[in-house]
Amino acid sequence: MIKLYSKECRFYNWEESPEPIILSVTENPHLPRVLAKKYAIVLDNVNDYPEDILSGYAAILSRQSIQDVRLSKFISLDPEFSYIKNGDVIRINAYANEIRVLFRVDSDHNSLLVTERCNSFCLMCSQPPRNVDDSYLIKDACDAIKCMPRSATSLGITGGEPTLLDDGFLEIVQAASSYLPETYLHILTNGRSFSDRANSRALKRIKHPNLMLGIPLYSDLSEQHDFIVQAKNAFEETIKGILNLRRDGVRVELRVVIHKQTYSRLPDLARFIARNLAFVEHVAFMGLELTGFTKANFKALWIDPHDYRNELDQACRILQASRVKTMIYNHQLCLLSEYSREFSVNSISDWKNEYLEKCTPCMRKNECGGFFSTGFSLTKTSDFIKPFMELEKMIPVKEIC
Amino acid sequence: MLLQTQIWLNEMDKKISGLAKKFQSPDFYSNIQTEGSSYKLLPFNFERVKGDYLLTNEVGEYVRLKEEELTAFVHQRLDTSSKSYAALKSRHFLYEAGEESPIDLLSLKLRTKHSVYRQFTSLHIFVVSLRCDYSCPYCQVSRKKEAASEYDMDEATALRSLDFVFRTPSEYIKIEFQGGEPLLNWEMIKFIVIEAEKINKIEGRNLAFVIATNLTLVNDEILEFCYQHNILVSTSLDGPSEIHDRNRPRPGKDGHEIVRRNIEKVRSRLGPDKISALMTTSELSLSSSNEIIDEYLDAGFNGIFLRPLSPYGFAIKTHQIEKYDFERFFEFYKESLGYIFKINESGVTFTEEYTSLILRKIFQSYPTGYVDLQSPAGAGLSAIVFNYDGDVYASDESRMLAEMEDKRFKLGNILTDSYETIFLESGLLDVIENSLTDSMPGCYQCAYKPFCGSDPVYHYATQKDFVGHKAFSSFCVKTKSIVNYLLDIMENDPVRRNILQSWI
Repeated sequence: MIKLYSKECRFYNWEESPEPIILSVTENPHLPRVLAKKYAIVLDNVNDYPEDILSGYAAILSRQSIQDVRLSKFISLDPEFSYIKNGDVIRINAYANEIRVLFRVDSDHNSLLVTERCNSFCLMCSQPPRNVDDSYLIKDACDAIKCMPRSATSLGITGGEPTLLDDGFLEIVQAASSYLPETYLHILTNGRSFSDRANSRALKRIKHPNLMLGIPLYSDLSEQHDFIVQAKNAFEETIKGILNLRRDGVRVELRVVIHKQTYSRLPDLARFIARNLAFVEHVAFMGLELTGFTKANFKALWIDPHDYRNELDQACRILQASRVKTMIYNHQLCLLSEYSREFSVNSISDWKNEYLEKCTPCMRKNECGGFFSTGFSLTKTSDFIKPFMELEKMIPVKEIC
Repeated sequence: MLLQTQIWLNEMDKKISGLAKKFQSPDFYSNIQTEGSSYKLLPFNFERVKGDYLLTNEVGEYVRLKEEELTAFVHQRLDTSSKSYAALKSRHFLYEAGEESPIDLLSLKLRTKHSVYRQFTSLHIFVVSLRCDYSCPYCQVSRKKEAASEYDMDEATALRSLDFVFRTPSEYIKIEFQGGEPLLNWEMIKFIVIEAEKINKIEGRNLAFVIATNLTLVNDEILEFCYQHNILVSTSLDGPSEIHDRNRPRPGKDGHEIVRRNIEKVRSRLGPDKISALMTTSELSLSSSNEIIDEYLDAGFNGIFLRPLSPYGFAIKTHQIEKYDFERFFEFYKESLGYIFKINESGVTFTEEYTSLILRKIFQSYPTGYVDLQSPAGAGLSAIVFNYDGDVYASDESRMLAEMEDKRFKLGNILTDSYETIFLESGLLDVIENSLTDSMPGCYQCAYKPFCGSDPVYHYATQKDFVGHKAFSSFCVKTKSIVNYLLDIMENDPVRRNILQSWI
């Protein structure tokens, strides 16, 4: 697990109560002063460089701790932060001795949490909502986007429910559209806000060149979906939202988290999607992350993925028959039916993806979805994990023809 | 960590529902149970099948119910916690108070199903010659002898037809060359392709060409032209030579050998996806399903379209059509499918195209574009035929009928009539009106309506009436029998269900 937040850094010579700042990281000690003031510089050993060169940077980050610090705005990094490098974006809150890594240039899983508030209360929420005023996150998100390199391949927006920020939400999408036009922007939303056509129209007007909304749909039956997200009328609003987004040409990915309350109707849900929502970009079936509310509702939610592999297999076949692109996220390859394995995607964010010890000899680890390292995800696992000991010698049917 | 997990698991076991306190139970979210309201019915048809009832809605979703369930359902007494209730709700046979999404989704699906009409005419058939070197007794177009050059299309007719083609608002234009044997008038095909491409430089439509040919006359020059102009080739292959050469006689009796050799020739120049073959089922074919399918496999095709004879042309004159009825064809169809299933089970994907079409109608909301199973019929709306002599017909079948001296479906002549006259004053609207299954006796309340259509030309040919009496219609029996057969497999045979699904 890669650490993204730390209070273990030591801050030296910062002014009394500074505002938090968001900065791009550079490893170049020779930047012109006019640019240097916009960057945090990270170095192994600051003693290698004259003080007057370093003093031009907005913050000085050292991977090695040093004695007798005279430099201002100096930070001795938590050893677990030694990965921070050129192109990363960090948020420094010197007042609270905090550093948060907002963007890692080496990762394809960067995402910005833009609010902790939510209008749903999902049984298996991995990021339980808090009703707090966190509107400062809007400016933070926009600032972070401006600091990210234009070459970033993808960026996620997550919450809470980002659309609860209203205009703030649109500001963030606008910032991404303006400053990172080549970056794929993926927003996790429950889609309910888009039941108001004005909201989908407003999103359309931004004309983000590469936007996708990931919207959860947990059942083909309204009462089951509403129960899982613990909100009356949520199914109605989500469906209307998806239809409005379709009308306004915004791409949608459907996300289905599989657990004890959803697995038995997976084929029915697939049939419903194939019939009614076949226009979506793709459908992602997702494994359970044993953290957040899932821990509290464990008994109502946990089912060994081995026990629903037939339902998942059928659901994939139904969607395939309607040419709906299908993906399986967060599942260990050995728990899937042979047919559904081809839909498996290694989707767990790199900073929280791990494998078990017994997986070490497995020959297909690089194709496997892996395990979450959060909560109890690594200690409560399926009873049927079994490493692939030799590559299967099946000839694909296509080649026979 | 393990110990911590164990303690936590023990804690979890003590909870009864498994839900933490701050969460509501499922009952809280049920419209029916919290508000005591009942559900309302959405439109559906039903039919008794093997003791149960098959229910279908307007867009082709289906549910099977027991008689007592159907009765309870229509009287709004069905147990809302039952599996059948869930199926009926999920597939939009009912909606609950306060719900709007079922109506929104149902109307979206209905619009999608009928979206094919938004495009208007896309298939344009050019009969460039009625001459043919074959003398098939089942010929449905009543071909003329090879030397009879008065049955060829001329340039003036072709140019007038092309003007007409580009009047269609459709984004997609497909021009299909038919005969007779169209390659007997190869110069005209070249002329039409080049002229159409000239017009399309300005029009910018999605333009495609197909030649339906017996392949006898295919040569390098023709193939080179087809390759340069991206022309598809469709041919006829009825089975091994014992069947093919008896169904499709030509002087020299070597039709089968020629067609097999030339299929490969076409493939080697145009590529694997540019050639397809159609089979016609004669009486002789009925006892040789496996051999016919093997022939298709051997010729390198990954599917077959099992096509019964249509009641037109020589098929009537030579009494070929009377030699078997639908029941016999259905036996042949089932036997063939049984063999095709075995092929798929062995790991080779091989499709029966008609089945795949029906399955798409049952399991998808998108239109199939198959003009024979549409309501209203595709006549004129989806396809139109320009005959060698300039006569315009509403469908391929219409001109087959015309060659039998019945010009009931002639819409006019390209040299004398305008686009408007042909579409609006030819009686086409009357024909189309008589093909709407939603208002037709025998169809409007039929459970198979969403999978079927009504072909006015077929019913006129067989019953001398656009609508016809559906109880005596083979068209009707065919859809019902095949749908029932396929639904039975989809519900009761998991292995074959997976195969059928892979064909959709």
